[in-house]
Amino acid sequence: MPSNRPTSAELLDAVQKFLKAEILPALSGSSKYQVQVALTALGIVGREIASADQLDAAEAARLENLLHAGGSRAELNRLLCARIRERRATYRDAALIEHLRLTTMGKMSIDNPKYATYLQARESP
Amino acid sequence: MAEEFAQLLAAAVQRRFGENARVLDLKSLSGGASAETWAFDVQTLEARWPLILQRMAGAGQFQASLDRALQAEVQSAALRGGVPVAAVSFVLDDADRIGNGYAMARIEGETLGPRILKLDELAAARAGMTQQCGSILARIHQLDSRSLPPLPIRSARESLDALRNIYQRLEAELPVFELALQWLEDHLPAPVSATLVHGDFRLGNLIVGPEGIRAVLDWEMAHIGDPAEDLGWICVPSWRFGELKREVGGFGHLQDLLSSYESAGGLRVDSTRIKFWQVYGCLKWGLVCLFFAFQFLNGDVPVLERAVIGRRTSETELDLLRLMSTELN
Repeated sequence: MPSNRPTSAELLDAVQKFLKAEILPALSGSSKYQVQVALTALGIVGREIASADQLDAAEAARLENLLHAGGSRAELNRLLCARIRERRATYRDAALIEHLRLTTMGKMSIDNPKYATYLQARESP
Repeated sequence: MAEEFAQLLAAAVQRRFGENARVLDLKSLSGGASAETWAFDVQTLEARWPLILQRMAGAGQFQASLDRALQAEVQSAALRGGVPVAAVSFVLDDADRIGNGYAMARIEGETLGPRILKLDELAAARAGMTQQCGSILARIHQLDSRSLPPLPIRSARESLDALRNIYQRLEAELPVFELALQWLEDHLPAPVSATLVHGDFRLGNLIVGPEGIRAVLDWEMAHIGDPAEDLGWICVPSWRFGELKREVGGFGHLQDLLSSYESAGGLRVDSTRIKFWQVYGCLKWGLVCLFFAFQFLNGDVPVLERAVIGRRTSETELDLLRLMSTELN
């Protein structure tokens, strides 16, 4: 760890608590809405700090398996996109759909874990 | 800035309502992302008119939308054709020096999707809304083309090509969107006889009161095309506001929408055609999210909300996967 305490996650948590407890109650109308949007953004960042490394590694490993190729996650996704455009990969391919389902569920766990489709998919995948 | 606008608006109102006319209670409303909306009353010696003025914003649009004057013409034609819409009061011109826009009657009611789906006082409205949407859409799709101004024509083919172009311009590498483009290519419906299409018919663009839908707003995406586009768009999961099991806007079922659509004179539409437009609509909203992120990142619209909407792209990816994998069964 190159930094002293508090960690980035702890600092972020402190800012979120400060905004919720001290700032939000004093606001109304458009400025209240803006701060709520800011809190949404900070929520995304917090969830990303907590789980992105693990999700990215799992996605990269699945891509290598699926494509029988190596490279960075970005390169592998570019390769997958090219294969879809060339129709060497299609929406009828159950393994591809399953990979994308896992990847997207991972993204949603960071971006908006309250989204109805996400909640339903977690109950009955 | 706001003061200058108020003065110019007062002059614009006097030009139309006479020199005794006054603008009262001018308020800026937080409107749609691409418009600037004002509420005010016009007071003359005889009467008081509650109005809404919508102006076109400066920033780039996701898709070319209608010029405000043209939009006002479509809205007026819809009113004459029996569609519930706000009556157009006046259209701004160059002499007004306050941009491109028009004023219409201000109709009270709820427009926010989540509130329409939740408020107790709108329970009766919700119960009748699916049937009402069916008959309103049937009426829109039966408007005589001779009563309409010249509008852009967009077939399924052209609409799909336009989405692909937007995706390519955004330079994103999203496998789910690539797959959706492939799916749409394989499920392109046969050409139909084209009608007026509203282009953005969903909660958010409907004013709802306790008795039901009072007005259809936002005609800026109106065009000539496949009427099933409107039926599919209101069934896009993003417009259900959490009420996933009611596929029509979070309040109704497709079978009920279609039966009221047909009893109001709409042509029978098969479900595969609606599915095409549903997947198309889902991808379109996903690209709008991506486009908003882009506008934020390149500095066109340096607004935090745009940045955060960018992260809603993944919601449409999940919905697209769900819609496409029903094919596997």
